[in-house]
Parts: sequence; C-alpha cells; structure tokens
Amino acid sequence: MGVYDLFGVDVRQTGYLFTLLIASVLFLIGLRGLSRAETSRRGLSLAGLAMLLAVVGTLLNKRIVTYEWIVGGLVVGTVIGVPMGRWIPMTKMPERIALSHAFGGLAVALVGVAEYFNHGLELSAFDLGAVGFEVLLGTITFTGSLMAFGKLMGILPGRPQTFPGQNALNLAVLAIALCLLAMLVARPDQRVLFNTLVALGLLLGVLMVVRIGGADMPVVICLLNSYAGLAAAATGFAVNVPVLIVCGALDGGSGFILALHMSKAMNRSFRNVIFGAFGARTHLKQAEKHAGVVREGTPEDAAELLKLANSVIVVPGYGMAVAQAQHAVRDLAELLEKTGAAVRYAIHPVAGRMPGHMNVLLAEANVPYDQLYELDLINDDFPRTDVSIVVGANDVVNPAARDTPGSPIYGMPILNVDQSKAVIVLKRSMNPGFAGVENGLFVKPNTMMVFGDAKKTLAQISAAVKQER
Amino acid sequence: MECQNFVILLYIFALAVFAGYHVVSKVPQLLHTPLMAFTNAISGISLVASLIIAGEGRNTASSILGAVAVAAASINVVGGFLITDRMLKMFKKKEKV
Repeated sequence: MGVYDLFGVDVRQTGYLFTLLIASVLFLIGLRGLSRAETSRRGLSLAGLAMLLAVVGTLLNKRIVTYEWIVGGLVVGTVIGVPMGRWIPMTKMPERIALSHAFGGLAVALVGVAEYFNHGLELSAFDLGAVGFEVLLGTITFTGSLMAFGKLMGILPGRPQTFPGQNALNLAVLAIALCLLAMLVARPDQRVLFNTLVALGLLLGVLMVVRIGGADMPVVICLLNSYAGLAAAATGFAVNVPVLIVCGALDGGSGFILALHMSKAMNRSFRNVIFGAFGARTHLKQAEKHAGVVREGTPEDAAELLKLANSVIVVPGYGMAVAQAQHAVRDLAELLEKTGAAVRYAIHPVAGRMPGHMNVLLAEANVPYDQLYELDLINDDFPRTDVSIVVGANDVVNPAARDTPGSPIYGMPILNVDQSKAVIVLKRSMNPGFAGVENGLFVKPNTMMVFGDAKKTLAQISAAVKQER
Repeated sequence: MECQNFVILLYIFALAVFAGYHVVSKVPQLLHTPLMAFTNAISGISLVASLIIAGEGRNTASSILGAVAVAAASINVVGGFLITDRMLKMFKKKEKV
C-alpha cells in the first residue's frame, strides 16, 4: 500500500476510517431531525449524505480488490429499489416495510455465511460469536418478515395458526440454537453446527410469525424492525466496522421502543413483547352479547346530524385503509369546516397495521398534521363533542376495554367516543373486530350505524350535506 | 479480534443504544411510520459489509453471496430513502388563509 503512504500514514485506510466516523455522527443527527415534522426532511438529507459517505469510504477499504460484483449488485438493487420507493401506494406501507425487513435480514445473513466460510477457522471466539448472532438474527428476520409480508398481502392465512405447546416449542428451538452457537464458538471447524444454526434461524422466523393475527401485526413489525437492526449491529462486531454498530443500535433501539409503545397501547405486558406471545387472546372466551338495538341510519340521516354539529372528531381505523377512504374523509371534513364546524382527528396508537399508519394515510390525503391528535391529547374532549365519526375502527373505540372487567381487551386504553353527544359509525357489517369481541358502542342509544363501503358512504354523506346547505 | 477490541465495540454499541433511545423517544406518534422507513433505510448500512464481501475477490461463491447481499441491502437504502422522503413531503401544516 506504499502508493498511499504519506508521512508514514496509510492515507487510504485513514480516509476510510474517518469517513465512517463522520457518517456515524451524521446518522444520529439526521435521526434527531425526526423529532419534528418541520425538520424531518433535513434530517433525512443528512442521513442520506451519511450513507453516501459510508459507501464511498468503504470503497477505499483495502480489503476491496475487485469492483465488478459490487457494481452488479448495486445496479440490481437500484433497479428494484427505485420503483419500490417511488410507486408503492401509501396504503401498502405495512407490506412494503415488512418486505424491506426481509431484504435487510437476507443481506446480513448472507454476509455472515460468507464470513464463516471464508474466514471461519481464522476467527477468534468473539468474532465467531458475533457471526453466529448475525446469522441467527438475520435468518429470523428474513423468514419472519416474509411471513408477515405474506399475511399482510393475504397470500398466507391472516388468522393466527396456533397449536398446543407452541410457546414451549419456540423456546426450545431458540434454546437449541443458542447452544449450537456456543458449541460453534468452541468448535469452529464443525460446519454442520453452522448449517444447523442457519436452518434453525429460518425455522424460528416462521414459528414466531405463524401465530400472529392481523391486529397484532403492528407489534410484530416493530419487533422485526428491531431484529433487523440488531442483526446489522452484530455484523458490525463480526466485520469490525463501528458504523454498522451505530446504525444497527439506532434501528434496533427504535424498533424496540415502538414495540413497547404498541404493546402499551394494547395493554400487553413487556414479557409478552419479548417472547412474542401474541395472538393468545383469540383463545379467550367471547364477551356475552350486548343487549340493545342497533340504530341503523342512511347517509342522509348522518348528514342531517352533521349539519347541526359545531364540533366533530373523526376516528379512523384499519377499515379506512382497506376502503382507501382517506380522501373521502378529508372531503367531508372540509365541507363541514366550511359550514363552521371544528373538525379534528383522533388517532389511536394501534389503529391500522403499523405505528403511525393512519397519520401517513391522512397526510397523503392532504389533512394538515396539526389536526391530528394523539389519544392522550384529545380523549377528554369527547364529552364536549357534538358528533364523532368512526371510520372503520372497532376495538380501539370499544367501551368494554374501559368498563367490562373480564373482557379480553379490558385495560386497553381506548378513545372515549361513546361519551360524545352523538356517534356515527361507518362499518361494512356487524362482524366483530379482530379481537373477536362484541362492541357495546354499536348499540348505545346515541350511536347511529351506517353500513356499507366507507368510501362510498362518506361520498354520499358529503353529497347530502352539500344539498341541504 | 482481541478481547480489548471487542470491548471497545461494546462501548460503541452501548453508547449508540443510549443515544438512539433518547433521540427516538422524542419522535412524535405522528411520524412513527416515517421513523420505521427511516431506520429501515439506515439499517441498509449493512451494505457496507456486503460491499467488502463482494469486493474481496476471495472466490466466486463468496463474491456471488456478496453481490446478492449488496443488491438486497441497496434495495433498502435506495427504496428506503425515496419512500421516507415521499412520506415526509406529505406532512403539511394547515395553510393560513
């Protein structure tokens, strides 16, 4: 490397090391930009710059001697990545995030496999341990995310697939994998140990997600996000590149915080999150049917009610995403604002299939983000609200979570929609939500149910409001 | 890797987790989906390790593994940054009339 020497310093290697250091700091500063919507895009640009620096810096690394495979991989990745970034609709965001976790897991697992087969015997115990964790986390993330993707796309059955002893089996497989990892560190030449570790990782990913139902998807996506990050961090240990450790820790920590946030919003325990014991509540007995009469209304009845309202709160749920009704919601809200009503949106943390799902959809429909309120900030205002419109939400507005001890969802924080003076619920049919629990809100005397496709119903309500004005 | 080097990397990991925890817990619920897309894009940093494997010229099998890893990681980097930007662009305040 004499060509690159300057005063006894290897300029190429030093440049590589310092570029990655600058990149690490920029990643952290960039992520900080996300604490406010105004600064978020600047933060993203900084992170983009950091990524560019990291890649260019790495190309200086003295381990790299040939560029043809690199260019080939980059071209393929870009050709697939650009359309995925540009044209995937916002309603498909959970699917796209799940798929990208799978790619992340795959990349990390492949790097681990190559590291082992190239250098396995030269590696120290610490390196081998890191490679082992890298491969295990990478493979779990890969198959787990593919399962999540399949379930979200409806390719795989969305209902949780459960069987007796599932928890014990999963824990046993995990324990065996960790034992194999320890044995591998002691006997690096035993390739069968490594191969079995890869197979068990792939199996664990499937086992972990196979029992997840739709409503638990947000937690799982967060956990997979976290695993993808930790896998990248383990890679950093294995190849001795600190910028991977920094980014992996940011991603791993972020996914974990989001998973905790989600589990809190569903009243699940910390342990529940760690061990991924979701879907269990489908076994619980259904709450007894609520006595009461469903008051069904037409879109015109709903318009009549809204015409008299001075304050309106819209509560969106996964049904809004399914019906792609976010634009119709915005249209109605603007119409009501023109007649002098104050319109706000109440967003439950687990509404939808991933954290922040509803916010992105409403932002796509040009709803200003200062009209979107978190649960804690708006919940006390429902008693003072004339009309609440529930669009395709169910469990997150079920009063049983607040009032009925013994209900499977008891204790989960809900939006107190039932306390507003009148409630309009837009719903496809009377089927219970994903938790399989009857919803007492639907039979309250101040609730009007309007059945049908949310998008169409909202358009009809808007038309009726316009006419009567 | 020596024990000392390993511990230094653990220092980095521990401090990054701490810094990340503080930064991420300040991200409002409003931006949680962009946050996931954002962290997903930056975890594409495993591209760096993939580049080394693909460019090491060790043997064909390892180069192919490396090239596939480069492709998978760069999908996340390219796609992740584009989609996060697309999302963040949509978040607007109410225009003052």
